Amino acid sequence: MTVTTGVGGARERSPGAVPILELKAVSKRFGAVQALHEVNFEVRPGEVTALVGDNGAGKSVTIKCIAGIYPIDSGEILWEGRPVQIHGPKDAAALGIEIVYQDLALADNLDVVQNMYLGREEITRFRALDETKMERRCKETLSSLSVTTIRSVRQTVAGLSGGQRQSIAVAKAVMWNSRLVILDEPTAALGVAQTRQVLDLVRRLADQGLAVMLVSHNLHDIFEVADRITVLRLGQDVARFDTKDTNQREVVEAITAGKLSTVPGIEEAEVQ
Amino acid sequence: MSAITPPLPTPAAARTATLGAYAKRWAENVRGGELGSLPIILGLLVIAVVFQVQNDRFLTAGNFVNLMVQGAAFALVAMGIVFVLLLGEIDLSVGYVSGVAGVLTALLLLPDGSSVPTAVAIAAALGSGVLIGTLHGLIITKIGIPSFVVTLAGLLAWNGVVLLLIGSRGTVVLQDAFVIGFANDFVGETAAWVLMLLAVGAYAGGQLWGLRKRAAAGLSNDPLLIVGLRVVGLFVALACVVYIVNQDRGLPYVAVLVGVLLVFWTYVLRRTRFGRHVYAVGGNAEAARRAGIDVDRIKIICFAIASLMAAVGGIVLASRLRSVDTNAGGGAILLYSIAAAVIGGTSLFGGRGHIKAALLGALVIASIDNGLGLLGLSSGTKFVVTGLVLLLAVAVDSFSRRGRAQSGRA
Repeated sequence: MTVTTGVGGARERSPGAVPILELKAVSKRFGAVQALHEVNFEVRPGEVTALVGDNGAGKSVTIKCIAGIYPIDSGEILWEGRPVQIHGPKDAAALGIEIVYQDLALADNLDVVQNMYLGREEITRFRALDETKMERRCKETLSSLSVTTIRSVRQTVAGLSGGQRQSIAVAKAVMWNSRLVILDEPTAALGVAQTRQVLDLVRRLADQGLAVMLVSHNLHDIFEVADRITVLRLGQDVARFDTKDTNQREVVEAITAGKLSTVPGIEEAEVQ
Repeated sequence: MSAITPPLPTPAAARTATLGAYAKRWAENVRGGELGSLPIILGLLVIAVVFQVQNDRFLTAGNFVNLMVQGAAFALVAMGIVFVLLLGEIDLSVGYVSGVAGVLTALLLLPDGSSVPTAVAIAAALGSGVLIGTLHGLIITKIGIPSFVVTLAGLLAWNGVVLLLIGSRGTVVLQDAFVIGFANDFVGETAAWVLMLLAVGAYAGGQLWGLRKRAAAGLSNDPLLIVGLRVVGLFVALACVVYIVNQDRGLPYVAVLVGVLLVFWTYVLRRTRFGRHVYAVGGNAEAARRAGIDVDRIKIICFAIASLMAAVGGIVLASRLRSVDTNAGGGAILLYSIAAAVIGGTSLFGGRGHIKAALLGALVIASIDNGLGLLGLSSGTKFVVTGLVLLLAVAVDSFSRRGRAQSGRA
């Protein structure tokens, strides 16, 4: 199968699909701390790939390497099979990578439209803001994602619930022809119903053909939406699962006691 | 896909909102702490009634013209203050920056053989404002010193510059007819009516253009009646102003200047990318930075605008007094201007406010100053009363913030 942006086909495996993003033996070191050690990881279009791990396992560092915030020390990042250098958030955005951080980065005093277009406002010939165009596209994006709980796109985001805010942040990320959306702990601060809303949205993104990378340590959420799971432990990828072939117990085991190829302490001794 | 699908909003409701819905939304906003200009307009009414009862000369055409001329300088300086307040910053130097601009204008136009054309003098004064503001902005953003401290230093330093420029002259009399004309000449009776009609026509045209554009894009519009009422309201308000001032000396040029700059800065703030970014930086600087906005650049430009508008105010003040002296930029101008912006409804906490706040606030300040003056009260009493009004305005801001917090909008 060569289709990379097939719509529909929820949860159907497309084993031949080229990974849109692939990390090959990526390592990153901060002084004496080996944050990532030869991490391999891939994300395919139309799938939700979860990256799980305990605190300090290297999830955030992985995201920041993909975003170009941290340069990698060794290894390769492949985008659609080709090696790429990502030197900053702008490079990542140019490739079509959008990241929704945990704090969402929304301005409370601005309305939904203003937030979704922040920094990329449409202007008319006379250099004035093209409010009608922005409002229309914003509504289209929200309805295409079935985000229907927003009463008005002209209300300030301060008045929205946590789930609605998360939805807006996700919609903002996918509006820009992005190919890969990375969600950092999207449900961490949400209640039950709102978590539901956001997980539905995550699933819809993948069903529309986007590649979704979900970073979380909430296994319940992950088993609900993810197609594949990669487990990080102490900066190494210790296990990979297909969600349908595994269970929470196996994943927990990998998170807490996954087999390491090198033990950080011993490796430190060897280096010195 | 999941089982839970929230109900879609009825598409009919998204078209032109009904009058009832509009009124309901407005009432909701007021309860939720989005007070808009409501408190200030009530405040102006109270002030007008109280002073008129105390002294029947308060609500006369002559005094109304005085009030316009007195309030103009505060309104102009306050417009610049609105920009820095929107960022959540403060500029304490605007008083003496206005002094520097006023003194520069007067000195450059001094008929001592080395005077320059009027336009050059004004451009130099405005340019000095932009340079001073850019300097403040650079120090604040690149070195990372809080704006409070930088502009406090500016307050002292620019006061010093005013004294140095004046030197041993004591008082410099302004002798340029054009500059003096700002605050002391009046638009002809017919010209004032024409200007007023042009303004209302442009506003109505803009509203209709917006309505058509939104309708064409299939977006909801405010009810036609409300739009009509806005246009009629502006017409009535401006017609009253023109009618009243024509009973006396006429419309002062400085009022036209305030009107033009009010429209211009409102446009910049509400309809341009730059303005949107100012609100974003004031609301969440980190979000703005991640959205690719150059936060430092926005801040520097805002401080430059604050000093530029201070310079404009300084020239107008010099024009009104027909001279500058060692007190130029001192006295009440700094605090009255900041108070005007805040009383008008600009939040000190950043991200909320409009340019029109500067005008409304300046009207309140000038009314109090003028009214207490008519009652023959000392400037001590004036300051006490103005201080209390400022406190009241900030309290209203705090209470409305609490209202927003309770309705989940903070």
